[in-house]
Order: sequence, then structure tokens, then C-alpha cells
Amino acid sequence: MSMQSDMSQSVIGADAVKRSGGRGKVVLSEGKKAERKLGLMLIAPAAIVMVAVTGWPIIYSVWLSLQRFDLRFPEKQAFVGLENYGTVLSNGYWWTAFGVTSLITVVSVVFELVLGMGLALIMHRTLVGRGLVRTVALIPYGIVTVVAAFSWRYAWTDGTGYLASLFGQDQALLTQRVPALAIIILAEVWKTVPFMALLLMAGLALVPEDLLKAAAMDGANGWQRFTKVMIPVMKPAILVALLFRTLDAFRIFDNIFILTSGAQNTSSVSMQTYNNLIKGLNLGIGATMAVLIFITVAIIAFVFVKLFGTAAPGSDQEGRR
Amino acid sequence: MAEIVLDKVTKRYPDGALAVSDVDIEIADGEFIILVGPSGCGKSTTLNMIAGLEDITSGELRIGGNRVNERAPKDRDIAMVFQSYALYPHMTVRENMAFPLRLAKVDNATVERKVNDAAEILDLTQHLDRRPANLSGGQRQRVAMGRAIVRSPKAFLMDEPLSNLDAKLRVQMRTSVSRLQKQLGTTMVYVTHDQVEAMTLGDRVVVMRGGVVQQIGAPQYLYDHPSNLFVAGFIGSPSMNFLPATLEDGTLRSSLAELPLTDRIRKLLESADAPREVIMGVRPEHFEDAALLDDASRARGATFTGQVDVLESMGSDKYAYFTLSGEQATSAELAELAADVGSADVPTSGIQLVTRISAASPARLGQSAEIWFDADKVQLFDPSSGRNLTFAGE
Repeated sequence: MSMQSDMSQSVIGADAVKRSGGRGKVVLSEGKKAERKLGLMLIAPAAIVMVAVTGWPIIYSVWLSLQRFDLRFPEKQAFVGLENYGTVLSNGYWWTAFGVTSLITVVSVVFELVLGMGLALIMHRTLVGRGLVRTVALIPYGIVTVVAAFSWRYAWTDGTGYLASLFGQDQALLTQRVPALAIIILAEVWKTVPFMALLLMAGLALVPEDLLKAAAMDGANGWQRFTKVMIPVMKPAILVALLFRTLDAFRIFDNIFILTSGAQNTSSVSMQTYNNLIKGLNLGIGATMAVLIFITVAIIAFVFVKLFGTAAPGSDQEGRR
Repeated sequence: MAEIVLDKVTKRYPDGALAVSDVDIEIADGEFIILVGPSGCGKSTTLNMIAGLEDITSGELRIGGNRVNERAPKDRDIAMVFQSYALYPHMTVRENMAFPLRLAKVDNATVERKVNDAAEILDLTQHLDRRPANLSGGQRQRVAMGRAIVRSPKAFLMDEPLSNLDAKLRVQMRTSVSRLQKQLGTTMVYVTHDQVEAMTLGDRVVVMRGGVVQQIGAPQYLYDHPSNLFVAGFIGSPSMNFLPATLEDGTLRSSLAELPLTDRIRKLLESADAPREVIMGVRPEHFEDAALLDDASRARGATFTGQVDVLESMGSDKYAYFTLSGEQATSAELAELAADVGSADVPTSGIQLVTRISAASPARLGQSAEIWFDADKVQLFDPSSGRNLTFAGE
């Protein structure tokens, strides 16, 4: 959850920057200046705490990534500039992990979006036992990922697992690359569909009932009402859900750690970072990978926020006026 | 274009609540009909059943002679305008208006022509490429109308289309809706809670209360010949004055005056088998300042003297308000009407009386005035059933 709250903060942050940039051009009156000063003072405590808990580690990671810093050879520590980045970016393992992570991200988010939308529609339309349906649907999201990952691992273990036995005997699926990736994606999708559904359900609530009635009167069938009215109107909510899930999925770690430990080239970039930083004790390389993940995630967030700029109805009007 | 017939149409919700009960309405081709009543009277439910947005529990709905109970809204060939306008926020005005045509797979040239024609009629041409969020309330309302007319449907359904506009614009739009309907000649069913809209717009008005049709008729007919207390109180602004009264030996006693009944009213009462205790109703315009009348006119009615509480000069005439001693008339219908306009919450003592008198009247605020009223214009109602005992209609 902490990851999600980080993300929402960064989105809000980007918004605030944009707004203050626009206001800066206007000459401010005394009252406005005082108001602005008060505003800054009011957000200062929160901003200071944020800088302390997120800003400092980021800066420290960047600093570490510019060092040769291997805890096995502490005496060789030295500032090496971008050498670590060269090492990581020219390494096949990194790019394999990057590809695997991207694949898992894209495939799982697509499945989550489709299934989450289905679940959201069901929860939105349910008339009887709405509370019960929602609670039941949310259970997977409430289970600790590691615990769920273990149960998936046992279920897929050859000989003892109930799922493994369904797919033919003496085949250790988790030790084969493609089936293992599929199982990892399955575990991810199973866990986060309810979260996706919750976010999308909030979007569905934004679609006025009258709009759907009007579309029905205008001659739209169920599917047309969904694609031509519902989806466009709830597009901002869909983009928020996609942003959260894409960022989250890109940092996948726990499911892979439990299910395959990265065997058969199923490592994600986060797994690689962990291997170098914690297992390999190579702070320089590990920090470099962490910074690269940070940059990738920032790029994804930037692209999405750019998309918001033209997709959200509210910002569109402001843009046109 | 088509006629719409509601034959014993009933709506009962799964929880057993009866929203609309046995509604019989025959709407002629090209007719402008108004469904009016206080909130919760079933008028919107009736409209939604015609639209196909709500299922009909029992009874039959026929459009153009065909039973359409089971048809989806899109297969009924009718268009609807919503109170909220329900414009698609992600589409421009042009796309909004073209939407029903695009769904019907009409070719581009025709879509273009029809949208432009509708925009011309509704004066929206310069707004075609804007989005609904950038339009004023009146413009949005016109776009909603435009989206309805581009399809040339068999009928228009309007669900309080002017309620979200400010008062001045509402009056203006009222006339343009009326003109549009005459111009297109399409059957229109219009729902409103505003009796002024009902009176001014419709060819005929359907007054509903608690899911039951109270009376159907031309606006003037409903005004002159209300079939019951509810219609009498609902139609007209300011509304009819009601007082408790007693019938005795051909005389009507109330806190206003003792009034000998006219022959016409006496006959009606006899055939209606009137009870002794009745509610007397007098429209404000059937009063006049007695000082302005000659003796012959005075003889056709009765007079009372009261202190003028409030005097509103409207220019053309004056409204004089009086408070009479005595109990207010009570009935279920009057209580519901009071609750609808919110006057049930205003504490009053005695009987409130509104009179419309000539502008030439010398009546002064706070001073007493002698007021005359027309004996033959009095309407009498049965307090228990609400029935109009002086109903002269068919």
C-alpha cells in the first residue's frame, strides 16, 4: 500500500507544480501573497516529512550509484561517475530482467483491466447482497501477497499440488520458463483484480444514470452504451487505475521471490536489484539498478500524467478556454 | 408521428409499492400533452414507461397502433429530453446531436445535413464544435432538444426539460418549445410539476396524484371545471381559496357570508347528493371590491368585510389578502397540496384568503374593505371524497 500512496503523492505533486507555474505569471496582490505564504507554511510540515522519508533515500541512492562500493571489498570504494550505469546497461541479465518485467507488467495489467472492469460492473449492478459481493470480491486483495504466493507455489508443485495435477503429472511447471511466467502473472492478476475493480467502480459511479438512459433512447444497445458512453466518461478513472497498477506491477518482487526465486530467467528488475544489493552486497551496482527502476517508473508516470492532460474532461475545458 | 395509447397501464415495484395505477390516456397524433402533478405522483414513471426505461407491470402501451410493452427503448422510435439534459460530456455539440443518427448507421451526408438543419432551428450553429461543459444552461437545453429532433421520431418525451433553467429563461424557452412542437407537428408528452407550464403549453393536461389520473382535459376546462378538490387546488395561481361551509335550506353558510344558492348550483347539488358539510372553493378573480359595483351586480353575489393584511399591486389589478376567523378547511387533498408547495410548514391561524380585485379599488393596507364575490362561480366539494359537487362537465 505504501507504494500506492507514494504514487498518488507524486501525481498530486506534478499537478501542483503545473498550477503554480501558471499562477506565477500573474502579478499578485498583497492579499494573494499573504494567502500564498500561509499556504506554503501550511504544507511545510508535510513537505519536510516527505523530503526526509523519500527525498533523502533517493538522493542517497543516486550518490551510491556513482560509487564503486562493494561491501566485500570496502577498501576499493571510490567515486566512479557513471561507470556503474555502463556496467548495468551493457549487461544481458539486466535486459532479460527488464524484458521479463515489462512482459509481466503489460500482460497482467491488461488482464487486470478487463477482469477488473467485469468485476466492477458486477458489483455496480448487483442489487441484492451488494455488501457481501463486494466483501467476497475483495478477499484476494486482503491476503498478504507472500502468503498467497506460497499457496500458489504449493498448488503448482509437482506431485502434491492440486493445480499441478490438473495439468498432467510429472511436469514441474514452475521450473519451466513460460509456464512459470504464466503462473506468476496469474498470481498477480488474482491478487490485484479486486483493487482494479474498486478503482473502476468509483469511475462507474461517475457515469450519470440519465446519460445511459439517454443513450438507450438514442438507440444504443448494451455494448454501445458501454463503449461509447461509459468508457469515455470514466476514462480519467481508468487512467488512474492503469497508472497505479502499471507502476505497481513494474516493481513486482514478492510473487517471483516465492514462486521461482528468479530461476529460469524469471527475475524481475526488482529481483535483480535485490540480488545485487542484499545478496551480493554490491551497493554501487544495486543502487544503480534502483535508480534505473526509479527513472523507468518516473517515465511511466510522466507519460500517464501527460495523457491525463488531454483525457480528463475537466482539464480539457481549461485547456480550450 | 403516431398516436400513443395507455390502456390500464400500471407500475408496481418489486417491493410492492404502487407507482402508477390503471392509467388510461389516449394521445392523438401531433398532440401536445402534459403530465402534471406534485413530486411522487407517478408522472415521471409514466413517461419512463412510455419510453421503455421502466417495465410495465400490467396494461398495454400502444404506439401507432402496435403494442410496444416488450420493445426496448431503441425500437420504439421515440426521443426523450431529460431534466439533466444528459449530454455526452466527451462529445461536441455536433457529435451529441449526430449520436442517434450514427447509431442508426445513417450516411455521413445525411447526418451532416440533419444536424445542420436542427442546429439552424435551435440557433446552435455557432456552437456546434463546442463541448457541453462550455455551454450555458439554455444552450445545453437546446442541444438536448436538437439530439431529440434530428431523428424525426414518432414522438418526443420531455421530462421536466425546463426545470434547471432560471425563471426568465424558462419563460422564454417555454414559448420556443411550444413553437417547435407546432412547427414539427410531432406528438409530445411533457412532464412537469409546474402548473403554469402545464396551463400554457399543452393541448391537454393530465393531472396525476399518487399514481392515479385525476382528470384529463384542456387547460381552461380543468381550470373552470375541476373534477375534484385536488385538481381545483393544483391548477391556478394563486390557487383557489377553500373554506369550510354548511349547506342548509338552500343557503350556503361560511365564515365569508351567508349565501343563497343560485338555481344552477342547487340543481347540480341535488343530482350530486351533497352532504351537509362541504368545502367551498372560490377563485381569487371571482372577488371584487364592492365599492366598484352597481347594485345589480351586487345582487348576484354576497359581500364580506375584512381587514386587508397584504396588498400587492400588479399594475393591471391588485391582490388583497385577508385572514378570516374560523377553522381552515381540512381534507387529504388539501393537506397534500399544502405539503407540495411547502406551505404546510408555515404556521397560520384562521383562514387565508386571496382576492384579485380591480386596480381601481380604493382598498388600503391595514384598513377594512368590503369585498364582493360571485355566487354562481362558487364551487363546492365533498370533504371526505374530494369530489366536486358542482361539477358541470361530462
